[in-house]
Amino acid sequence: MKPVNQKAWLLILPVVLCVAFSAILPLMTVVNYSVQDIISPERRVFVGTEWFKAVMRDDDLQGALLRQMGFSISVLLVEIPLGIALALSMPAKGWKSSAVLVLVAISLLIPWNVVGTIWQIYGRTDIGLLGATLAKLGFEYSYTGNATHAWLTVLLMDVWHWTPLVALLCYAGLRAIPDAYYQAASIDGASKFAVFRYIQLPKLRGVLMIAVLLRFMDSFMIYTEPFVLTGGGPGNATTFLSQYLTQKAVGQFDLGPAAAFSLIYFLIILLLCFILYNWMQRVGTRDNSGGNHG
Amino acid sequence: MFEWMAWTTPVAIFFTCIVLMLIGMTVWEIKSPTVQRKGWLPIATTRGDRLFIGLVSAAYVNLAFVAVSEKMIVWFGLEQEPSIWISFVLSMLLLGLILRKG
Amino acid sequence: MDERRFKKRTIFLILYLVFAILPVYWMINMSFKTNEEILSTFSLWPQHFTWAHYKTIFTDESWYSGYINSMIYVAINTVISLAVALPAAYAFSRYSFLGDKHVFFWLLTNRMTPPAVFLLPFFQLYTTLGLMDTHVAVALAHLLFNVPLAVWILEGFMSGIPREIDETAYIDGYSFPRFFLTIFVPLIKAGIGVAAFFCFMFSWVELLMARTLTSVDAKPIVAVMTRTVSASGMDWGVLAAAGVLTIVPGAIVIWFVRHYIAKGFAMGRV
Repeated sequence: MKPVNQKAWLLILPVVLCVAFSAILPLMTVVNYSVQDIISPERRVFVGTEWFKAVMRDDDLQGALLRQMGFSISVLLVEIPLGIALALSMPAKGWKSSAVLVLVAISLLIPWNVVGTIWQIYGRTDIGLLGATLAKLGFEYSYTGNATHAWLTVLLMDVWHWTPLVALLCYAGLRAIPDAYYQAASIDGASKFAVFRYIQLPKLRGVLMIAVLLRFMDSFMIYTEPFVLTGGGPGNATTFLSQYLTQKAVGQFDLGPAAAFSLIYFLIILLLCFILYNWMQRVGTRDNSGGNHG
Repeated sequence: MFEWMAWTTPVAIFFTCIVLMLIGMTVWEIKSPTVQRKGWLPIATTRGDRLFIGLVSAAYVNLAFVAVSEKMIVWFGLEQEPSIWISFVLSMLLLGLILRKG
Repeated sequence: MDERRFKKRTIFLILYLVFAILPVYWMINMSFKTNEEILSTFSLWPQHFTWAHYKTIFTDESWYSGYINSMIYVAINTVISLAVALPAAYAFSRYSFLGDKHVFFWLLTNRMTPPAVFLLPFFQLYTTLGLMDTHVAVALAHLLFNVPLAVWILEGFMSGIPREIDETAYIDGYSFPRFFLTIFVPLIKAGIGVAAFFCFMFSWVELLMARTLTSVDAKPIVAVMTRTVSASGMDWGVLAAAGVLTIVPGAIVIWFVRHYIAKGFAMGRV
């Protein structure tokens, strides 16, 4: 157990002040905006819960929320199995392992707007490899004109961008399994699948849950990549929550509804965070793998 | 200085209540430290955890109420939308329940 | 049987790597082509190799000032984040105190909150403070998600250092600041490097706030890129070259932190 020491508060005070300045004051402001009709900085009218009603009944918002849910769930369905498969096929030792690690990780370190730019180029039928290849094969592929194609391209882009994260987390989890487990399994004559099902998967449960929650929450706030790639279009086929909120807040300057919407968004995130936090704590206490692969 | 935050009385009251609650919890914690326990919530919680879960649940109750209050006119044959105070009282009851039994 | 299984896995791995590398390769390829070649012929490598696009970026002020602006606010942000996060992470990893778990959780929520939520008040706040269109404004705004991230990562690394080291040092008569700076910080060099890398990265890639809080003087490269796309027709070559240049810093550092990437993304929890 850690010793109790209330003076530790002095050490975390700078962080608390720093984050309070950039989180609590703005949050209070958002709450204030959400209950007023702000016509101009001098003219404000208290409207109670009107904006919340308007937002909760806004069809566009519900559309954006549904699209967001659909997108986030698709992301998980594709990236988690693919990430596990990738982690299982990555070499465990030697220079090959380092090289593969770096190659796999590279897409994680590309600025998000450049990710959008890369795919914007890559998907164009006139100058992009993917678009041109699809066009040659006879598909009428167009991520700017066709809603389904746009959605699929955004999904493919996200898979390309973030599957490595799942793979790296699982890879780290796999390396934490002692060799003795595998030896025992091979003495028992266990099949590859049995090894995966009864040794690797249970050990991966912790990191997988972190991966699932991180991917879910990060895809829940996806903004930059679709903004660059499709601008939310065509129509609003790829307008997800952040995009919609930004349009409202900065584009149309509807302060009240945007603020009410922000708060609802925040509440959803708060709940997800709470689940993630409890999982991380549980993983941290169950196997204290703090620094055994560094 | 704080002009840009566009303060209103109800919001000020709301945040004052939150701050008072935090101070109250701190004092209570110093007077008699909390023990982690397992109620009907799926995880073992301390007092602070229960307060947080209760507040978030209360917010969700109010939001859900706002979302369906228009439809309630049809469901219950009301003349106008039911007051938000109904859900507020409900959510406070829920908060109390979670704090005591959660 | 085992041999064939191994081959299947290798094939899958190679296929994935091709899928992962091809889009990046295509952009690098384009950055060395002339614009006419990009639009007219379709080739897997540049036929008329040119450095012209890179020259444009390094000589045109509206381009290279974007990089300089980004670097300034990223540097400010990384320094502040680490400076405040180091003592806090130490406190979290070594002591328990009133409300520690709740503060830790609160920090996590800030890392996870979509920047879009705070966009409006930030705009108002920085306008009031007269900080709009300055590097400091963006650096401060990015603290919102970088400080929590740094605290989480550092706490993960510090928990791996046995507490006996602290106790021995205190018995030997070290004061806290002296112990922290001369003994503890060298021990978690790797952790500090990783935390710095992640602060750098997340501040470098963030677009929404950087774009909203700046207009001319502090306009970052990420914003310059998106505006050029819509404004000056389609100068694909320069755009690709700019993209390549934004990847370079990350690509260099990644080799040094390759073993810690997973730990960093999972905020020190793996």
